[in-house]
Amino acid sequence: MKKIKTVKDLEKVREEILVSRDPDKPCITICSGTGCRAFGCEKVTQGFRDALTKHGLENSIDIRTTGCHGFCEKGPVVVINPQRIFYQGVTHDDTMQIVSDTLLKNKIIDRLLYTNPRTGEKIIKEDDVPFYKGQMRLIFGNNGKIDPAIIEDYIAIGGYTSLCRVLTELSSSEVIDIIKESGLRGRGGGGFPAGVKWESCRNAHGTKHYVVCNADEGDPGAYMDRSLLEGNPHSVLEGMIIGAYAIGSDEGYIYVRNEYPLAVKNVGIAIDQLRKYGILGENILNSGFSFDIKVSRGGGAFVCGESTALMASLEGQAGEPRAKHIHTVERGLWDKPTNLNNVETWANVPLIINKGADWYRNIGTEKSKGTKIFSLVGKVNNTGLVEVPMGITIREIVYDIGGGIPEGRKFKAVQTGGPSGGCIPESLLDLPVDFDRLTEVGSMMGSGGMIVMDENTCMVDIAKYFLNFLKEESCGKCTTCRDGIRRMYEILDAITKGEGKEGDIELLEELSWVVSEASLCALGQTAPNPVMSTIRYFRDEYEAHINEKKCPAGVCRALISYIIDEEKCTGCGQCLKVCPSDAVSGEKKMPHRIDPEKCIRCGACIASCKFDAINVV
Amino acid sequence: MDTRPVDQILKKYNYEQSSIIGILQDLQEKENYLPENALEYISERLSMPLTRIYRIATFYNAFSLKPRGKYPINVCLGTACHVRGAAMVLDRIKMHLGIEVGEMTEDRLFSLETVNCLGSCALGPVIVIGNEYHGKMTPAKVSSTIDQYRKDL
Repeated sequence: MKKIKTVKDLEKVREEILVSRDPDKPCITICSGTGCRAFGCEKVTQGFRDALTKHGLENSIDIRTTGCHGFCEKGPVVVINPQRIFYQGVTHDDTMQIVSDTLLKNKIIDRLLYTNPRTGEKIIKEDDVPFYKGQMRLIFGNNGKIDPAIIEDYIAIGGYTSLCRVLTELSSSEVIDIIKESGLRGRGGGGFPAGVKWESCRNAHGTKHYVVCNADEGDPGAYMDRSLLEGNPHSVLEGMIIGAYAIGSDEGYIYVRNEYPLAVKNVGIAIDQLRKYGILGENILNSGFSFDIKVSRGGGAFVCGESTALMASLEGQAGEPRAKHIHTVERGLWDKPTNLNNVETWANVPLIINKGADWYRNIGTEKSKGTKIFSLVGKVNNTGLVEVPMGITIREIVYDIGGGIPEGRKFKAVQTGGPSGGCIPESLLDLPVDFDRLTEVGSMMGSGGMIVMDENTCMVDIAKYFLNFLKEESCGKCTTCRDGIRRMYEILDAITKGEGKEGDIELLEELSWVVSEASLCALGQTAPNPVMSTIRYFRDEYEAHINEKKCPAGVCRALISYIIDEEKCTGCGQCLKVCPSDAVSGEKKMPHRIDPEKCIRCGACIASCKFDAINVV
Repeated sequence: MDTRPVDQILKKYNYEQSSIIGILQDLQEKENYLPENALEYISERLSMPLTRIYRIATFYNAFSLKPRGKYPINVCLGTACHVRGAAMVLDRIKMHLGIEVGEMTEDRLFSLETVNCLGSCALGPVIVIGNEYHGKMTPAKVSSTIDQYRKDL
């Protein structure tokens, strides 16, 4: 790898890469994100390598291991280019056949194709799969085209052209103007206009400024930042370098969760390559501008996603937030002006510079521009990462892209915004999703988690779940957050155990007000949201738990019992075998019984029963 | 105590107090937990009060002051895993191993921890044993999945 000295040299390198690559050369693209890795994609890759070697095709067919494609439900996912044939659930055993049939004989293998569950039709091309068709993959779509460990892949698809343009044609204030005009708002949850933040930081006193990327994706149920950093680290880095140029910073940090080992590794590789190429470090591309980035791993504290806590953690302190009378753009990391943006925000920057603010403004709603990546998870058929234009309805996301609720169950709610957000009920399925509309209905955008819940999800249990999470993650600085959340949790815990009292709902509402008003940072201020929104939309479920001592969804274990339907039970003995507490009894081929005293309601019997004979009441 | 591995870590971070989180992470990766004598040694070398090091070690969830098993089991309790029954999976693991969260089995093979989200939501409920992810876990699959690691010994 040669050092690239000027912008012109980088263009030359790009041309050389493009000339050396034949776009029509067959290429097996294997998704190697964390999701597909858990499904065993590394063995699949090895299988393809062996198969190509066996046929002597190593030089005529390429293999590319990419970042996450988004359709995690169907992993490991393989796309055969240039035809864009989409195979799902591929195993090591399939690789030989794919090479011998599809690559050598151009024959499609039916059983590996995606079947549209609605029409039963088999779909051949990736872009025709409904999951992808409904999306607008401006930021995330490149994940499928590049190997994150190979910088040339990123350069080949136009990577670092934005940076070149910025360094040669634009002044720092012009860059800020473009970002301001684009209407880009922070994707980490707050939705603050990014350009305004950059400008405040640039105008702040002092010569030393820091640029920081928040990759401490703590919201449970959200993983788009991880997948971006894993699958396309250069897009984030390019955004950061442009930001640093605009703000006048020479030092940056990426604060990334240590629970994301692959993201830490890939972004580290990318930074090394940039330094070797001369796109990061002293005098970048001979522009006179110098900037370098360090990676700092988090310690697994949710509160460190908050800006002041994150900066304290970067300094090697406990991650406790401070009062923000003076904003971090004035006094942040080591008391110097610091600009913090989230992974997805940074990844939007090169796109905006390339396509222009006007183009970007055309996507989205009046006050929320561009696209947003959501992690669509929970009780939905097509789990995965989806990128959609702002303003799309929840119905379109859950039903058209997500394929609806599994096993024909009924939709109940979708939870957005993580522990700071709320649950949106069925009556609001047609709500256009943007920053402001979500806040209006008592939830929030957050970083983009979208957890779908069906009729078997108990909303009181969900509220309790989030409070349990927040009570563990409260840093303990503010009394209202530390003790208030704990008290609210205890009330919810009692309700789910059948010990709820009249007046509990009102008490929860009162405590919610105190916790949100009197806590210092967003963790405490928004902590009551999951409780408030579930009371607002699902008050009847709370009342059923308190007054009738019943859990309508059949989740809260103290309020339910398992009963075997004697008519359906064939006496196969499967449940008896799997029961860990010896609660099942019965003779072979005779209906079995469950002893409610011994039963711990673990669900093992239900999962094992082939005859649907065990009911929850 | 052999101080060489700790020195190596300290050197990597230029003996900077501000890098204490990274130092402790590397130490834990090496030792599987944060041994008391190593923390005392770091405190001396960095001229950093031991109380401050303990504050960091106890504030962040990632650190363990107790030895962990050969195969630490991490149960994801993220929202997506929760709605798909992670709590039942966790209960089943506790029952199978006879330990609570934060404890280690007597044979030092397994220890049990929970994590708030691994970002593998599509596979939920997810558990990680050692470095291996096991997705779509059910209470019924727990015993056989864990016992596999006993056989591999």
